[in-house]
Amino acid sequence: MTGNDREHPAAAAVTSAGPDHGDGKRPERPWHNLARIWGPPLLVLIALNGIWLLLTYVLLEERQRFLLPPPQDVVRNGLLNWRNLSEVLEGLWSTTQVAMVGLMIAIVLGVALAILMSQARSIERSLYPYAVVLQTIPVLALVPLIGFWFGFTFWSRVIVVVLFSLFPIITNTLFGLQSVGPGMNDLFTLHNAGRFSRLWRLQLPATMPAMFAGFRISAGLSVIGAIVGDFFFRQGQPGIGRLIDLYAQRLETEQLFTAILFSSILGVVVFWSFGLIGHRVVRSWYDPTRGPA
Amino acid sequence: MTNAGTAASAQIRADALQRPPPIRNRDLPLLSFRAVSKKFTDGTEAIADVSFETHAGTIVSIVGPSGCGKSTLLRIASGLSAASAGEVSLDRTSVGYVFQDATLLPWRTVRRNVELFAELRGVQKAERQRLCREAIALVGLEGFENHYPNALSGGMRMRASIARSLTMKPRAFLFDEPFGALDEISRQRLNEELLRVFLVERFGGLLVTHSVYEAVYLSSRVLVMSARPGRIIADIPVPFPYPRAPGLRFEAAFAALAGTVSEILQKASE
Repeated sequence: MTGNDREHPAAAAVTSAGPDHGDGKRPERPWHNLARIWGPPLLVLIALNGIWLLLTYVLLEERQRFLLPPPQDVVRNGLLNWRNLSEVLEGLWSTTQVAMVGLMIAIVLGVALAILMSQARSIERSLYPYAVVLQTIPVLALVPLIGFWFGFTFWSRVIVVVLFSLFPIITNTLFGLQSVGPGMNDLFTLHNAGRFSRLWRLQLPATMPAMFAGFRISAGLSVIGAIVGDFFFRQGQPGIGRLIDLYAQRLETEQLFTAILFSSILGVVVFWSFGLIGHRVVRSWYDPTRGPA
Repeated sequence: MTNAGTAASAQIRADALQRPPPIRNRDLPLLSFRAVSKKFTDGTEAIADVSFETHAGTIVSIVGPSGCGKSTLLRIASGLSAASAGEVSLDRTSVGYVFQDATLLPWRTVRRNVELFAELRGVQKAERQRLCREAIALVGLEGFENHYPNALSGGMRMRASIARSLTMKPRAFLFDEPFGALDEISRQRLNEELLRVFLVERFGGLLVTHSVYEAVYLSSRVLVMSARPGRIIADIPVPFPYPRAPGLRFEAAFAALAGTVSEILQKASE
């Protein structure tokens, strides 16, 4: 439907004058759409900046102002000063690498474990409790240990990321694999489908929406994991977590704000990218508001 | 919407109708139940002492009160469930089984859904595609091959589901309330379509349904089951010859027979 609209703008214009199509989607002008998507968060941003300015200039005296520097100072000192900015960007790049490598490992490991658990109740029963433990132990407390054991290298940071992001991938993928209805399973049984065929043709496609939802959650967590690891590991190549710690100690709040801003942007970008990939993979058959057909 | 598709498929159907395939071993039963009972592990007795036979080239319907074990009977026939006692014989190498839910894989297009069974059985690609084209033409779904199930109406999904089983060239066809979820008009239209396909393929059908009218319209015999544990309490022959016109539903003889079946069914439900 949407593909057609895109290919025939004239047809879309004609139909937009007509009544609703029954699928609830009214064709709209692109700028209208843009305003609808970007307008509300933009308004919130402006409001937040207003509150920020208010706090800085009304609540804080001049000598306390370093606690919450006004936004224009953050922009000037953090974003427009190339020396400061490049330091943050380098840290960001190193954090991105750690987060992405860790996330990829978590995806491969998580999906593999979920598939394994989906194949036999006994495997699920023996492994799942440990996956839950992984989620409930304070990973923060483990981080220094990982540093002692594996050194303060790139790879120990990656391990922290994996610990942070593994669980949602396992649970979501497993949930999806097990969501196949009994009717579908009967169908495959009737035609003597083997274990692999059932996995490949039935369970894996069925788990796609849930699996990508898990990837998206873990994508956000991977960035947090990378920053947390970095925060604790004071050696090796510094990432943005290390910089955050440093700026905080030096009371360089403008740069601190810049670092926080960039780490949030990284998290958002990664989260969105995985949302987009997931949407592209399943959009032809899966409507998140209605589920599969 | 289906006009273009049905015109072409009507031609194919007409061709096929001129030379109906010979019915093999007409007198040998296709499916037979001998004193079959089923008790679930929780102690519920689903069916008790069920015996009947069906033959190729006939459609036998089963009607009965809700929960009388009609679906269990089909599951036993297909081999999905094992009988607790008694004997079932059916050549399971070519059985079609259509569920109440179309059970199409939502991530596959109509074409790929229809190809599924042949794919599971390792049929070569060229042959698979030929079977798929034929089956899609037979149920009148041409033009919708590349649609995903979520873009189809309930009736069209059911057609796709039937086409999927038709690729197996089933000699025995099990239907578990296939049209129960459809509105009356779609249901009647699909009944007529099913009869047309039946006359082309000449399978032996076993149909579980809630609708007495559907049972009488489609079948050569109607079996009535009692409340749980289900037993067969009546075996009513339907004398109307095939092909049956849609107007048959409004004839007096049809109404009388449907009335008889309904009466027995009502007694069974008490």
